[in-house]
Amino acid sequence: MNTTTADHDMEGRSALSKLWTNREARSVILQILTMAALIGFFAFILTNAVANLAAVGKTFSYDFLGEPASYDINQSLIDYTSRDTHLRAGVVGLLNTGLVAICGIVLATVLGFILGVLRLSPNFLLNKISYVFIEFTRNVPVLLHILLIHGIIVHALPHPKVASTEYNLADLFFLSNRGVFAPKPLMEPLFWATIIAFVVGVGFTIWFRRHAKKVQDETGKIYPVFWISVAAIIGLPVIVFFITGAPINWDVPEFQRFNFKGGMVVLPEFMALWLALSLYTAAFIGEIVRAGILSVSHGQWEAAGALGIRRGRILNLVIIPQALRVIIPPLTSQYLNLTKNSSLAIAIGYMDIVATLGGISLMQTGKEMETMILVIAVYLVISLMISAFMNWYNKRIKLVER
Amino acid sequence: MSEVAQHYPPGQHPDMPPPAGQRGVLLWLRTNLFSSWINTLMTIVAVYLLYKIVPPLLDWAVLDAVMNAANRDECRQLGSGACWAFINDRFSILVYGFYPAAERWRVDMSFILLCLALVPVLFDHVPFRKPGLIFSCVYPLIAGWLLLGGFGLQPVGTDEFGGMMLNTVVGVTGIAFSLPLGILLALGRQSHLPIVKSCSVCFIEFIRGVPLITLLFVASTMLNYFLPPGTTFDLLLRVLIMVTLFSSGYIAEVVRGGLQAIPKGQYEAADSMGLKYWQSMRLIVLPQALKISIPGIVNTFIGLFKDTTLVLIIGLLDVLGIGKSSLADAQWNGLSNEIYVSIALFFFIFCFGMSRYSIYLEKKLDKGYKR
Repeated sequence: MNTTTADHDMEGRSALSKLWTNREARSVILQILTMAALIGFFAFILTNAVANLAAVGKTFSYDFLGEPASYDINQSLIDYTSRDTHLRAGVVGLLNTGLVAICGIVLATVLGFILGVLRLSPNFLLNKISYVFIEFTRNVPVLLHILLIHGIIVHALPHPKVASTEYNLADLFFLSNRGVFAPKPLMEPLFWATIIAFVVGVGFTIWFRRHAKKVQDETGKIYPVFWISVAAIIGLPVIVFFITGAPINWDVPEFQRFNFKGGMVVLPEFMALWLALSLYTAAFIGEIVRAGILSVSHGQWEAAGALGIRRGRILNLVIIPQALRVIIPPLTSQYLNLTKNSSLAIAIGYMDIVATLGGISLMQTGKEMETMILVIAVYLVISLMISAFMNWYNKRIKLVER
Repeated sequence: MSEVAQHYPPGQHPDMPPPAGQRGVLLWLRTNLFSSWINTLMTIVAVYLLYKIVPPLLDWAVLDAVMNAANRDECRQLGSGACWAFINDRFSILVYGFYPAAERWRVDMSFILLCLALVPVLFDHVPFRKPGLIFSCVYPLIAGWLLLGGFGLQPVGTDEFGGMMLNTVVGVTGIAFSLPLGILLALGRQSHLPIVKSCSVCFIEFIRGVPLITLLFVASTMLNYFLPPGTTFDLLLRVLIMVTLFSSGYIAEVVRGGLQAIPKGQYEAADSMGLKYWQSMRLIVLPQALKISIPGIVNTFIGLFKDTTLVLIIGLLDVLGIGKSSLADAQWNGLSNEIYVSIALFFFIFCFGMSRYSIYLEKKLDKGYKR
């Protein structure tokens, strides 16, 4: 109807302007123009890239991934020597990124929840201390945190020689500027029994939680779910561990002439990156948690109390589910930020994927385009995976509305 | 008692003060520090923490610190605390980088003008706001002229930019250009045109999915391949483009949140008034959406300003880069805490100021809507 009246008004105008006034036609024209601009842009940069690569005599290929990397990596979760390929060096870097990201997420979440709760505590002093800590931490660049903590570890902690006598915990743990040295567990074959017991415990807990919920829904009977879960997940493996005769040996670090030998070492680079990322992200998570808890109105506490529910169960059944709904989305983006910020590792020489594949491999092979595309693709995949998981979790805990 | 009763008719007796312990300092102490045994325990823990942290920090930073010394060894002889003499020695290079000493007044000048240009943008009730806003719009040209030179001033190359000045240049440029770009992207993402929409979505998700540092690497190593053969352009300009694109992706998501929070009725009302798309956006939707998204936008800007330090990884000497490289000086070696703490203070002042401003703005804009 609209178009017919519009058509009357526009008699005498050119066909083109008629087309422009029509909503559908205009949207088609706009999209064709966008598409053309986009295709033109990509064609432009691709022809340029081809011409430029030809001019410097480079080809676009990923063959270099199979060639020996010939550089060392100081921390590796899988076996790696400088004779291995660039691909393997990249995988080592990726694993290091994953390691620091996962450790960071765990520590940041724990610290962040503590900070958020302290921020709401009625105690004036603790409240203000956590406020000052949060503001100072989150208003300073994360790169500065990394460099500062790395500087403190390298300059303030003693050389291994001093550490072997002074910074020493029960002759097992040593704190030095070459890293933290700790005993390394060496598993005997029977240790598998403990691992199996652990898996069984987790499986049992999942089943038991469902079962307990069903029983409660049907009969109102409440099982002590928490303690039974603890017993299944922690108690069962511990019992199996001791029944099988504690099948684990410890490789204790020992000081020899210049450095410690044996055991396992947490490098200062990892420590600095891990602590800096965790503290920085924890400050943000603290504020998120605080906002989430505050978003649940006081009436919810009172209503649940009026129903005669105990305080602990109010928190569990009423407050936390509602607060989580507010907390989860920003928490996801903090996890993503932490993972992306772990790429700053390159500033202190922690060998993550940017430092191996995008750093040394790039320099050695001169394949800027190929390595950067790989690194970017890896980060995109990681980001998409984390956000997909958190979206799934978010959907699961979402309150069901009418 | 009887006297008091005589003086006041029934019900007119003035309120007596609360008993001691229920008022003043004692009440405050009881409610805030010792309300229950858990609270008391927490107070003790907090006091212990403060006792452990504050006096040593104070000793290090103030009481035992050395302000003037020629080198590190002299510092160590004079006091056991921080060696601020190092910062004194390096102050001008930390602020101006390698900007020619004779021309540094231009940096000062553009900073003062920046503050002047910000006032009409940030605050409503200032005299001469209208002409002030025009000045703010012209400011980028003036600043560019002052910093780069030409037209009567001695030209200064961007490779001589450095220190806090470089951080401010990257931060302010990124902020100024990423906001309009971010708004356009957000509108694109909300658009009914599928191709425009999917382009915006792809761009935003790509930007948000990769770390800034990889984009900076792309800018420094790869970007030249995508330009017509033979063109080279300034590294700083490349970095500025990347930083702007990066933060526009985040701004876009924040603004999208604001756009989604506007009730559908507002869009429909604008349509029924016969407003065209851009009119309805400019007059009805965006003013409301931007108002809601101000805290998020300021947070993104704070993040952008902090992220300007990342340029050190591709070899630009910002304040952190200069601080880090001056640690290699044999005369001052090993003083990393001093240098990093002072740089941290610089960032804290700016970022904390920005976050306070966002709170002030939220309160101001919230006024009409409080019941």
